[in-house]
Amino acid sequence: MPKYLLLKHYRGGPEPHRRLPPMDEWAPEDVEAHIAFQNHVSELLEENGEYVDTRALAPAQTWVRYGGPDAAPITTDGPHPETSDLIAGWWMIDVESHERALELAAYVSSEPGPGGEPMYEWIDVREVMWERPRTTDTA
Amino acid sequence: MGASSDDRHGVIDASTRRLDEGALRALVPRVLAGLVRRGEDFDAAEDALQEALLEALRVWPEHPPHDPRAWLTTVATRRLVDARRSEAARHRREEAEHAEPRVGGPSPEEGDDTLFLLFCCCHPELAPTSQVALTLRAVGGLTTREIADAFFVPEATMAQRISRAKRTVDGRRLDQPGDLAVVLRVLYLVYTTGHGDRVDLAAEAIRLARQLTLATEEPEARGLLALMLLNHARLPARLDPEGRIVTLDRQDRGLWDTRAIAEGVRVLQSALALQRPGRYQIEAAIAALHDDAASAEETDWPQILAWYDDLVALTDDPVRQDPAAVLGRAVAVGHVRGAAAGLRETDRLRDVLGDRHRWHAVRGHLHELGGDLPAAATAYAEAAHLATNVAERDHLVRQAARARAAAPASRG
Repeated sequence: MPKYLLLKHYRGGPEPHRRLPPMDEWAPEDVEAHIAFQNHVSELLEENGEYVDTRALAPAQTWVRYGGPDAAPITTDGPHPETSDLIAGWWMIDVESHERALELAAYVSSEPGPGGEPMYEWIDVREVMWERPRTTDTA
Repeated sequence: MGASSDDRHGVIDASTRRLDEGALRALVPRVLAGLVRRGEDFDAAEDALQEALLEALRVWPEHPPHDPRAWLTTVATRRLVDARRSEAARHRREEAEHAEPRVGGPSPEEGDDTLFLLFCCCHPELAPTSQVALTLRAVGGLTTREIADAFFVPEATMAQRISRAKRTVDGRRLDQPGDLAVVLRVLYLVYTTGHGDRVDLAAEAIRLARQLTLATEEPEARGLLALMLLNHARLPARLDPEGRIVTLDRQDRGLWDTRAIAEGVRVLQSALALQRPGRYQIEAAIAALHDDAASAEETDWPQILAWYDDLVALTDDPVRQDPAAVLGRAVAVGHVRGAAAGLRETDRLRDVLGDRHRWHAVRGHLHELGGDLPAAATAYAEAAHLATNVAERDHLVRQAARARAAAPASRG
């Protein structure tokens, strides 16, 4: 019953297990296989009754903050735009347990890269907080 | 079929034409059990009845049926026939089989209907989320949409979960006695999942538990009902008007539902009288003692501790098998023998619960009880960091801030 986000990143996270060229440099059939796998993951989650949502985010990132009274918002593209963490998208899943979320994340990470080999991409697993108050008393 | 007159008058209010959904849903397990006993597949019959239910919700307010139960049975049967006709070739052989009544089914008592279906839905081979979903639909009479909303998942996801669950159950024999312990766990899971929104799952769990107590003499079923009632009685005091959590010791006890408490105590006493204690009866007894105290100071902690001693004695290795009971007992120990003793009890759970918010929240409470506010603040902050419920997280952050503000000397 807990929900998790399986977050994919354009960059950031632990040291990559496998260094890969950007996708636009892959062989066309490898690109096709990769995209097909993403669709397959969504279908699998739907079949399992574990699917909640999936979204992809555009890579362009703008940081914004309050500029102070009567001032325009302050924007920047970040302190180190080339290295900072950048989320690419997610699946939101509703599963039995944390273990199941990790299992699905590992499956997502097995997605095919160049030459059809698994990408071993790091997936960021985050639990979604339950909004509704509990029906029992807390200490 | 024996439709009773209360069926007829209970579902639609004659003057307002409003549909009493509770009364409608109470018919679902009876109609479903009737179809299954007649020889229909559980899976197909449940689907057909779901369609009949949706039709009823649409049609009945304008055209109230003369006999709601017979109406549901007829419409569901028509759907079953339609489904069979559309796959006539494949089904021809099965239909022949269906003509033979199954042997060994439950007797046609109403209470048995509920129990029989609960055993189907809470089949031990199903995962808990599937057991819950199937129970709410086949016994609770909720629509797929309502169940999906209650769990914040898309309707298609819930539909898929239910149909997978039914496929798992369908090959199994349904005429054997099921596992009541699983049924009780599923109902309690429904209860703790929450209340609010359009579907009140806590109230639904209480309704189902009440039906269950009509179907079985088992004292633990009554224990579960009592536990839910005694807990639910405090609901009006548990959140303040801004939605903030109010802990038991600070609740306005005047807001507690005294009727629910009285019923809970009565149900609990009838269970305890059978002299076969179990975890739900014991937890209900603890809840009853809290409900019984006119103020937090008057709480009978020694008595609560005695019940907790019984609770942890139910398992051989309570730290591993029932850590929640050991943690609850630690609070009682803290109140009876002092905060330090309570904290020592929680130490035993560090390996098992050290990464759970509740362990840190209890330690925060015990540190505060012992007057160590800086330690309380640290424990509450850690608990807030680990919480997976928004209201609880906010509450724990407030507790941490409050404890820190009250202990200014610890700053820096």
